[in-house]
Amino acid sequence: MRWLADVHVRLRPGIADPEGQTIAGGLHALGFDSVVSVRSGKLLRLTFEADDHAAAEAALDGMCRRLLANPVMETADWELRAEADAEPGEIQ
Amino acid sequence: MTAAPRVAVVVFPGTWSDRDFLDLAPVLGWQATAVWHAESVIGDVDAVVLPGGFAHGDHLRTGAIARFSPVMGAVQEFADAGGPVIGSCNGFQILCEAQLLPGVLMRNDHLQFRCDWQTLRVESHMGPWLSADELAAGDVIRLPISHGEGRYYAEDATLDRLEADGRVVLRYADASGTVSADANPNGSSRSIAGIVNERANVLGLMPHPERASEDEVGGTDGLRLLRSLERWLTRQPAVAERR
Repeated sequence: MRWLADVHVRLRPGIADPEGQTIAGGLHALGFDSVVSVRSGKLLRLTFEADDHAAAEAALDGMCRRLLANPVMETADWELRAEADAEPGEIQ
Repeated sequence: MTAAPRVAVVVFPGTWSDRDFLDLAPVLGWQATAVWHAESVIGDVDAVVLPGGFAHGDHLRTGAIARFSPVMGAVQEFADAGGPVIGSCNGFQILCEAQLLPGVLMRNDHLQFRCDWQTLRVESHMGPWLSADELAAGDVIRLPISHGEGRYYAEDATLDRLEADGRVVLRYADASGTVSADANPNGSSRSIAGIVNERANVLGLMPHPERASEDEVGGTDGLRLLRSLERWLTRQPAVAERR
């Protein structure tokens, strides 16, 4: 069956994120003074085949470890659901 | 007379410094061959160059896709056997992603692409690319940099180990050789511009030695690094025997 996953790739805590700081500066310049900080990252939406939920989780784990995140600076986590359960707008 | 060093220059889709290295081959006396990334063998060579550029468009992360190109299996084997490998700029990023060198190259701290001449302090001369005959520790050399993602980062424990082992070979410095935040063009941890692996046969550096190897382009300090290879090769018994 077919699965959808939103993989979030985040910088590890404590790693300098000049892009996030610049975005925060932009928000401050627009008057959004309540913004304390911004951390940048990546959102990757994957559509893939797997036999069941466990297999889909295992596949995602492998993909994140091998390619999608560099553990020196990043972590990855995801939201996984069956394509059948997805909102129509989420399916590519 | 010794045979010319045989050097494989790896070309990924998006590599741009391969031509610089290939054009320089006659100056260096190298017998250089371009090797397309889809090849799974690099042939019988004395050294491998991973040039600068934007391999596979730098998508996802710099070097992230390139490290899985078929040629990288052969590069890994060559490096594991002690063969000299140099990765400049994008090549350094690929070597880090491939875990042939520790750490990672991140977005410059000021977020700008920086293309300029940069002075560097030679910290130690280890391995085939930093011959003591060409470069002494403490020497200040001048090489071009050209990158948007050159901020070297590794955990403190890794940095401590690199420094303790003398594997930080080049640091960003000012013209007098002083290392400072002002002389650091990208925010690299501890001003690191170049490191070697444990055996010192693999060198990664953000600057471009191949772009400072002829007077016409404004400097020749790059030659001092690149000429080190032939000096090193002539001292290797196995290689000397073959010659």
